[in-house]
Amino acid sequence: MTEITSLSLFELIENIKEKKISSNEVAKSFVDRSEKSKKLNAYVTENFENCLKLSKEFDNKPNFDLKLPGIPIAVKDLFCTNEVRTTAGSNILNNFVPSYESTVTQNIWNEGGILLGKLNCDEFAMGSSNETSFFGNVQNPIAKDLVPGGSSGGSSSALAANLTPVTIGTDTGGSIRQPASFTGTVGLKPTYGSCSRYGIVAFASSLDQAGPMSKDVKDSSILLEVISSFDKKDSTSIDFKRNNYSSELTRNIKGIKIGIPKEYRVDGMPDEIEKLWKKGIEYAKDCGAEIIDISLPHTSYALPTYYIVAPAEASSNLARYDGVKYGLRSSGESLIDMYEKTRSEGFGEEVKRRIMIGTYVLSSGYYDAYYLKAQKVRQLIKQDFDQAYNKVDAILTPSTPSSAFKIGEKSNDPVSMYLNDIFTVPVNLAGLPGISIPAGTDKNNYPLGLQIIGKPFDEQTVLNVAYSMEEKINYKNNITDWWME
Amino acid sequence: MDGIMSKNNSEYLIERNDNIYEVVIGLEVHAQVTSNSKLFSPSSTKFGAEPNTQVSLVDAAFPGMLPVINEYCVKQAIKTGIGLKAKINNKSVFDRKNYFYADLPQGYQISQYKYPIVGEGNVILDMPEGQKQVGIERLHLEQDAGKSIHDVDSSNTLVDLNRSGVALMEIVSKPDLRSPDEVNAYIKKLRSIMRYLGTCDGNMQEGSLRADVNVSVRIKGSTDLGTRCEIKNVNSIKFMQMAIIFEANRQVDLIEEGEEIDQETRLFDTKKNETRSMRSKEDAHDYRYFPDPDLLPLEVTDEFINQVKSEIPELPDDKKKRFIDEFKVSPYEATILVSDIDTAKYFEEVVAKMGKNRDMKLAVNWITGELFAALNNKNIEIAQTPISAKNLAKLINLIKNGTISGKIAKTIFELMLDGDIDPQIIVEEKGLKQESDPKALEALIDKIINDNREKAIEYKQGKEKLFGFFVGQAMKASAGKANPQLINEILKKKL
Repeated sequence: MTEITSLSLFELIENIKEKKISSNEVAKSFVDRSEKSKKLNAYVTENFENCLKLSKEFDNKPNFDLKLPGIPIAVKDLFCTNEVRTTAGSNILNNFVPSYESTVTQNIWNEGGILLGKLNCDEFAMGSSNETSFFGNVQNPIAKDLVPGGSSGGSSSALAANLTPVTIGTDTGGSIRQPASFTGTVGLKPTYGSCSRYGIVAFASSLDQAGPMSKDVKDSSILLEVISSFDKKDSTSIDFKRNNYSSELTRNIKGIKIGIPKEYRVDGMPDEIEKLWKKGIEYAKDCGAEIIDISLPHTSYALPTYYIVAPAEASSNLARYDGVKYGLRSSGESLIDMYEKTRSEGFGEEVKRRIMIGTYVLSSGYYDAYYLKAQKVRQLIKQDFDQAYNKVDAILTPSTPSSAFKIGEKSNDPVSMYLNDIFTVPVNLAGLPGISIPAGTDKNNYPLGLQIIGKPFDEQTVLNVAYSMEEKINYKNNITDWWME
Repeated sequence: MDGIMSKNNSEYLIERNDNIYEVVIGLEVHAQVTSNSKLFSPSSTKFGAEPNTQVSLVDAAFPGMLPVINEYCVKQAIKTGIGLKAKINNKSVFDRKNYFYADLPQGYQISQYKYPIVGEGNVILDMPEGQKQVGIERLHLEQDAGKSIHDVDSSNTLVDLNRSGVALMEIVSKPDLRSPDEVNAYIKKLRSIMRYLGTCDGNMQEGSLRADVNVSVRIKGSTDLGTRCEIKNVNSIKFMQMAIIFEANRQVDLIEEGEEIDQETRLFDTKKNETRSMRSKEDAHDYRYFPDPDLLPLEVTDEFINQVKSEIPELPDDKKKRFIDEFKVSPYEATILVSDIDTAKYFEEVVAKMGKNRDMKLAVNWITGELFAALNNKNIEIAQTPISAKNLAKLINLIKNGTISGKIAKTIFELMLDGDIDPQIIVEEKGLKQESDPKALEALIDKIINDNREKAIEYKQGKEKLFGFFVGQAMKASAGKANPQLINEILKKKL
């Protein structure tokens, strides 16, 4: 039998339901592999002992009607977990233990999931390489000293390395899809308002959205079904009819219209990305989709718009980390002095940079020129998609403009780092669902992903297209376990 | 001549070197919304609880916590807007006002900046010289901050978050007020309207009503506005008036000395009775307002607004009109009776209990005279009155139907103060019923005239003042129970 840790979530559920393996055996396998994988630095906080204990409890009193019966799952450390330290990858929350649970994780535990640990991420989800984490770099299991992407880098690394069967990340500008692309895994950002933001450490409230990360599309559909829910505790949560994403999953996408936006053919895009995209178009055709050229004219404004809106919201969202109520407090001569020392020591460079940008663009005298203008452009970007969706059902683009880069390669060049998000950011600005699926490799054999963007609340079509293309692409990660001890 | 001159009761003018200045005042009143729970969280708002016992994770701004609007507070704000005859906006937006302070857990206050829930309206003031209309610029909803306590621990500031997140209505007036008296009338009228509506208890001691006072001065007759100073967070009408007088005179002095007035924020020092600069315009905070992305724009339908409208009780201005029409009280009396909702309620109850043969004049006089004086003495509000409306009505009826004299009534009233006793019972138990038997009174008067023959002769010779002496003697002889009207008649006849 194949190793337990290399099974998909769907296979694990089947095996547990058929009593071929116990929850405890599954938990043990992932814990063992995680123990041997410390070099990846994927975990910030391990919950191994408790996970083993809870898996035994599940086995003693199993409930096979649950959607995740006794499945151990590690989650990004941006989700507040009751009684388990939650750091958001920051020194300022280094000692923070919530007394409450995020809605998304609660949904997972309600369906039988068991917390395996908290996964590394860029500090407050600000980054594209996991290099801004206070808890250090995360290794991409694809190759040594390669970044796993970010901000959900611990999640993508742990997933690709089979340390967790599935995971959840958050995506503000690509933080699920880009790391999925970098690690040869699947990552879905749902429509804004699908998954509750309650209990998720906020980065940019109007963009943040939690979503599933998995080894294949079917697993994402299972996990999405669990985490997507209307929540009165989040005023931006939307009460729409959610599909049974996994049971409605189909490879029949005959006649579906897929748009190819010409503006995504950006200057200086590597040939291999161009080739991958073309290959993707062929796969989509093979699946029976109709390919239609479309235009999203305001695409080039998306990245600058994002880097105004997101830092603006972040500068305000992070004001609460002031040393007064919880988290790190440095001593100071006065209140102001205490604030300055706490926030200087508590926040890393990238977070400080974005707080500065955000504070600047909201300042009186600059607000109209930056923030207000950005909000207007955001509307135009949304309209671009609305118009495109009059003609097509989904849109196909590359996930990222390049494959994973080396640790340290871009850490001193924030703009080149920000460019990583060029294909993912418009989706957040428009609040749309988008998925990244592995579709090929570059010359170094590093994975590359394709992105499928859907209409608002139409995660089902996004999943179906991805599911169908996945079969044709038939991508397999070639991971050597080089880090294992 | 330098000094303060005044043409009529409520005008406030300052004269310096033949220049006559008027003061221009606008108020930003912060009124705590009457609601059991906070604006964005279910925590209790009860006053006086132990520090930090009414604080939810949202109020303390824990990571990942999100605000959820309290519909009741929205309704209260709309109600107040209707009471201020103001436009209710179907769409309003909550913004974040960003600044750091230890008692502001989020690092921002959720408020409404560009799009408030209530737009322009007005309030009518009853001034001695007539009515005055004061414009309302807007009313918006916002969160209160917590409380920093600096004087308990010598080396630390303590923070109490019980108040953090409590709903406030900020009611911004136009710069229409011209004197401390008008400010007094304005605050009282606002308070009265909100108490009628049940949207703010108006309790200034508990901080339910506070105001930022904007003051500027200008030569009387000018239509330009002078540079204003904002006096922050004044929590009593008296202090507002003192602060305005100090600030207006300070500004006039500066102008007269040829100096400029700096637009600044000032604090009123109640101990020294002066305002002090807190920060200049240059140092003003940049609050970096922007729409709160955790909250959708607040939309209220016309149906909802109409529903709230249908729940609006009779307000002071309408009640006043009705009292004048229905009860034939004077406008002055009506103003007093309606100024406080509890007084108005009490009055109407007394009127109702008096029955058909009611005497409005007596009712008004007894309530605004004896009862108010007694409440004042005991330092209590009419809601805590020891004499029920029912029993006061009975007392008034006993006077009206001649059972007791006004004088005896006062004695009975004193007794009623100790436990709301039925005046009828007091009359019977103490034998205080008025003596109205003409025969008995004639006998009594005959005796008095007999005993004071000399005075009776003097009276007859023209010393008319002595009539009062005989009335007094008669009352004394009857222990105050004699019917004064009968005494008068009989005395006139007999003398």
